[in-house]
Amino acid sequence: MASTTKDVQKKEAETPEKGELTRERKVYSPAVDIVERKDDIVVIADMPGVDEKSVDITLQKNILTIYGRVEPDVPEKHTLSLSEYGIGDYQRVFTLTDEVDRERIEATVKNGVVRIVLPKADIVKTKKISVKAEA
Amino acid sequence: MVWSDFERFGRLWDPWADFERMRRALYRWTTAPFAEFPLVNVWASGEEAIVTTEIPGVDPQSIDISVTGKTLTIRGSRDPEELRDGESYHRRERWTGQFTKTIEMPFAIEAGTVEAKFSKGVLRIIAPRAEAEKPKKISVKSD
Repeated sequence: MASTTKDVQKKEAETPEKGELTRERKVYSPAVDIVERKDDIVVIADMPGVDEKSVDITLQKNILTIYGRVEPDVPEKHTLSLSEYGIGDYQRVFTLTDEVDRERIEATVKNGVVRIVLPKADIVKTKKISVKAEA
Repeated sequence: MVWSDFERFGRLWDPWADFERMRRALYRWTTAPFAEFPLVNVWASGEEAIVTTEIPGVDPQSIDISVTGKTLTIRGSRDPEELRDGESYHRRERWTGQFTKTIEMPFAIEAGTVEAKFSKGVLRIIAPRAEAEKPKKISVKSD
């Protein structure tokens, strides 16, 4: 069954970046796919409960930080009868080793999935060197 | 391009992190894990139950919800990224494929009036209690 390969539990982030939060809440580490394409790198993160207004993406020097705030939506006058997951913010931090064209970074959010496209700077794009046969 | 997970290094070693990792590795292979994917929370009142589950990136059209008595079943799927030639994964942690989740509700559900909303990757199902099962208020008469 396909579901046996899924990592079921939400992982808590080890320590929120930039020290502790003033608000007492959990911070989870979102599952991430990173795809390298010819001209860019795509970072895709699962952050359910996050929309375009509640996600912060920063690139400081070569540290890429993704932070998503989630406001818990607790139904009124109901009691929790089954609780399998916790609700909290999301954070993930990556170190980029190569140059990224900062001006052209684009990020979108759809159905709780954050997608960041980091275009490679021209200097690091792989150049194909053609080999000529000696005459 | 090499990526390093910042959170894994550069911090003090946490002895409990290793225990947690072992516990997860152990339970992954047993027949009764804590809960099946996707995880749900269920809220109940006398009138209705609210089920929430986090299934980001799923096409709302592909979500299928069915109810029989006290049992609620959610089905859905998410396709993997389509990679072209020369594209490769540096990391691949997100789930793909199909899922089926069956939840035992606290009471029988009125199947005809179940409502569901999918927003920001969170599915929220409002399931009213079956009419026959609703608690009856008994008024006390005084002489």
